[in-house]
Amino acid sequence: MTTPIPLFDPMVPAFARISRVDRELPDVFTWHLAAPSGAGFSFAPGQFNMLYAFGAGEVPISISGDPNRPEELVHTIRAVGAVTRAMQGLRKGDTIGVRGPFGSAWPLAEARDQDLLFVAGGLGVAPLRPAILHALAARSLYRRVIVLAGFRSPADFIFRKELERWRSRFDVTVEVTVDRADTSFRGTVAVVPALIAEVELDPAATVALLCGPEVMMRFAVRELERRGVPHERIHVSMERSMKCGVGFCGHCQYGPTFVCKDGPVYRFDRIERLFYVREI
Amino acid sequence: MVHPRPDINASVLLLRDGLASLLQHLRDDGYLVVGPTVRDGAIVHDQLRGIEDLPVGVGDEQAPGRYRLRRRADQALFGYAVGPQSHKREFFPPSIRLFQLRRGAGGPVLTPEPPIDRKLALIGVRSCELQAIAVQDRVFVGGHHVDADYASRRRGVFVVAVNCGEPSGTCFCASMGTGPRASGGFDLALTELLSGGPHRFVVEVGSAAGADLLARVEHAPASEADHAAASAVTAAATANMGRHMDTRDIKSLFYANQEHPRWAQVAERCLGCTNCTLVCPTCFCSTTVDTTDLAGATATRERRWDSCFTLDHSYVHGGSVRPSLRARYRQWLTHKLASWIDQYGTSGCVGCGRCITWCPVGIDITEEAAALRADVPVA
Ligand SMILES: Cc1cc2nc3c(=O)[nH]c(=O)nc-3n(C[C@H](O)[C@H](O)[C@H](O)COP(=O)(O)OP(=O)(O)OC[C@H]3O[C@@H](n4cnc5c(N)ncnc54)[C@H](O)[C@@H]3O)c2cc1C
Ligand code: SF4
Ligand code: SF4
Ligand code: FES
Repeated sequence: MTTPIPLFDPMVPAFARISRVDRELPDVFTWHLAAPSGAGFSFAPGQFNMLYAFGAGEVPISISGDPNRPEELVHTIRAVGAVTRAMQGLRKGDTIGVRGPFGSAWPLAEARDQDLLFVAGGLGVAPLRPAILHALAARSLYRRVIVLAGFRSPADFIFRKELERWRSRFDVTVEVTVDRADTSFRGTVAVVPALIAEVELDPAATVALLCGPEVMMRFAVRELERRGVPHERIHVSMERSMKCGVGFCGHCQYGPTFVCKDGPVYRFDRIERLFYVREI
Repeated sequence: MVHPRPDINASVLLLRDGLASLLQHLRDDGYLVVGPTVRDGAIVHDQLRGIEDLPVGVGDEQAPGRYRLRRRADQALFGYAVGPQSHKREFFPPSIRLFQLRRGAGGPVLTPEPPIDRKLALIGVRSCELQAIAVQDRVFVGGHHVDADYASRRRGVFVVAVNCGEPSGTCFCASMGTGPRASGGFDLALTELLSGGPHRFVVEVGSAAGADLLARVEHAPASEADHAAASAVTAAATANMGRHMDTRDIKSLFYANQEHPRWAQVAERCLGCTNCTLVCPTCFCSTTVDTTDLAGATATRERRWDSCFTLDHSYVHGGSVRPSLRARYRQWLTHKLASWIDQYGTSGCVGCGRCITWCPVGIDITEEAAALRADVPVA
C-alpha cells in the first residue's frame, strides 16, 4: 500500500490560549480562545471542534463564535460531566487542545434569497449563533430572518443580552419562550413548537435550521410539517458520542452516517428514516 | 545459484525447502516475518524464525462457540482456517499511544509518537484477511482524513498469501465473494499441494517485489497438473464452506427490518461480551483513554479498541443512545452487513466466521441474517 504518511496527524491537537471566559449560567460558560495558528481559524457555521483539557479528556463542542472574526475561536460549554467540569475550572491564560473544525455546516449558501428560520432549544442556540451572526452581517442575502428560542426557565437563558439586541432590530423576528411546565397546558416539550405554530411563515421559501434536544427537534419537525415546510427545507443538528471527530472511532454512527463527517447538520429528508427509530 | 525471475501473474512451483529459503531471505532483508504459529491451544500470529514455527501438521475444528486444534495425518503447513487473531492488530493495534504532554512554562509541550518504522512481512494471509485489510484501508486511509499511525504501519508490507484448502465449519467467504482464493493484494500467493507428488506449493506472483524474491529462491515451472491440482484445492474449499450467507438485497433487508422481533430474541442469548467485535478483522471502533501522573505534570492519551456492545460506546451526557442489548446487537449486525455498504461501498463482513466460533453462546451471524428473511420469526 502506498498511501503516504500524512504530514498532519488529525488526532494530535494544536493548543490555544483562553483569552476570556464569560459566565453565561452557573454551569454554562463561553470561552474566547486566541486562534491556535496566527493565520486565524476559519470555519463554517454549524461545525465543531474537539477540545482537549490536559489529562482530563476530549469532547466535541460546537463553534459558537462569529465566522467573520477568525482571529478568535469561541465555544459555549455546559459543564455536565468529567471533562466539561474540568474545563469549567480553567481560567484566562490556560491552554486547551483544539482539533478541527469538523463536520457539516448549516446550508447558508443554499438559503440565499430565502426566509431563514432558526429554531433553538436551550444550549442549541450556541451552534446556531455563528449562522445567525452571519445572517445579520449579510442581512441583504436573505429575506426574513426569524429566531425562535426556547429555554427551560428565565434562569436558563443564554446569550440573553444578544437576543435582546437582535430583537430590537427591525429586520429580524426574535421570539423567546420559557418552558413553564406547571402552567403550560401544552406540556414541557411543546413550547418551541408552539412558537412555530404561530409565526408567520412562507413554507415554500423557508429554510429551517433546528438545534436542541432530540425530543424538542422531533416536535419542531412535526410542527414545521404541519405548517407545510417540506422536509428538504428542514435541517437538524444531531449529537452522538464522539471520540475522534474524523471518521475513525465509529462512536458517532447514526444509521449509515457518521455524525462527525456527514453531520452534525443533516438535511432532514436524508435522515428521516432514522429519526424516529428508537435507540438507533 | 541463479533462478529465472518469474513474470508478474505467472505461477511457479516451490518445494518445502524453497519456502524455508524464501522466509530466510525475507529475514535477511530485514523484514519482521510474522505468520501463524501455535500458542495456548490456538493458532495465533507471531514472529516466525522459520517454517518450523508454522503449525506443522496442525488442523483445527471450528463450530459455533467451539475451537479445537487437531493433529493432521500429514505435514501441512497451512492446514487450518483462521484463528482468533486477524492481521488487524498489525495495522490497528489493540492499544497505541497517541501523544504525551508535559506542562511547560509556556503551555503544554506535546511529544508526538514517531511513525512506525519497520519492514513487515506477513506469511499465510488468507483471502478473507486480505479483503479485511482492504476494508480497513478504506476506513483509515481511504477517506478525507488519513490515520497517520495506520498509514505508517501499513506501508511497505510484504504479503505472502495462502489460498484456502480446508475451510472451517464457520467459514462462509465463498458466499461473501471474498475467498477462498486470493484475488489480489499480495506479493506472492501460495497454494499448498499435499498429494500427487512431493509436498509443494504453487506460487502466484502478485508484484515485482514478489518476483524479485522468487528470483533468489530455487523454484521450478509449475506443470499443467500442478495448476489443475491448485485449482482443485480452492474448488474443494468452495464446495466445503461450513456456512452460507444470502446477500441478495441485504442492505434493504436490514433497513426494512430495524424493528423485527428477531432482535429481541437474539438479545436474550447475547451476553454483550464484545468478543465478536474484537475478533472481527474489519471492526474498527476505538475509544480514547487519558491518564496523568500523580502530580498532574504529564498526561498521556491512548487509543484502544472499543466495541458497539459496550454501553459507553454510545454514551452521551445523560445516558447511552443504545441502552438495550437489542439495540446494540442490531447496531453490530446492521453495520456489518448493511450500513457498511453505504459507508464504504463493500460489506463489513468478509465471511471469516470468527464471530461465530468465538461467541461464547454460539450466535451465528449467518443464521441471524437468515432469520430476518423469514417471514415468521423463530419463537
Ligand atoms: C457535534 C456536537 C456538538 C456539541 N456541541 C456542544 C456545545 O456547543 N456545548 C456543549 O456544552 N456541549 C456540546 N456537545 C455535547 C458535549 O460534547 C458533551 O456534553 C460532552 O461530551 C460531555 O462530556 P463530559 O465528559 O463532561 O461528560 P460525560 O457525560 O460524563 O462523559 C462524556 C464522555 O465520557 C465518557 N464517559 C462517561 N461516563 C463514563 C464512565 N462512567 N466511564 C467511562 N467513560 C465515561 C463517555 O464515553 C462519554 O463519551 C456537543 C456534542 C456534539 C456531538
Ligand atoms: S462479521 Fe464475523 S464473519 Fe464477518 S468478518 Fe467479522 S468476524 Fe468474520
Ligand atoms: S460492528 Fe460495532 S464495533 Fe464493529 S465497526 Fe461497527 S459499530 Fe464498531
Ligand atoms: S467521532 Fe469518531 S467516527 Fe465520528
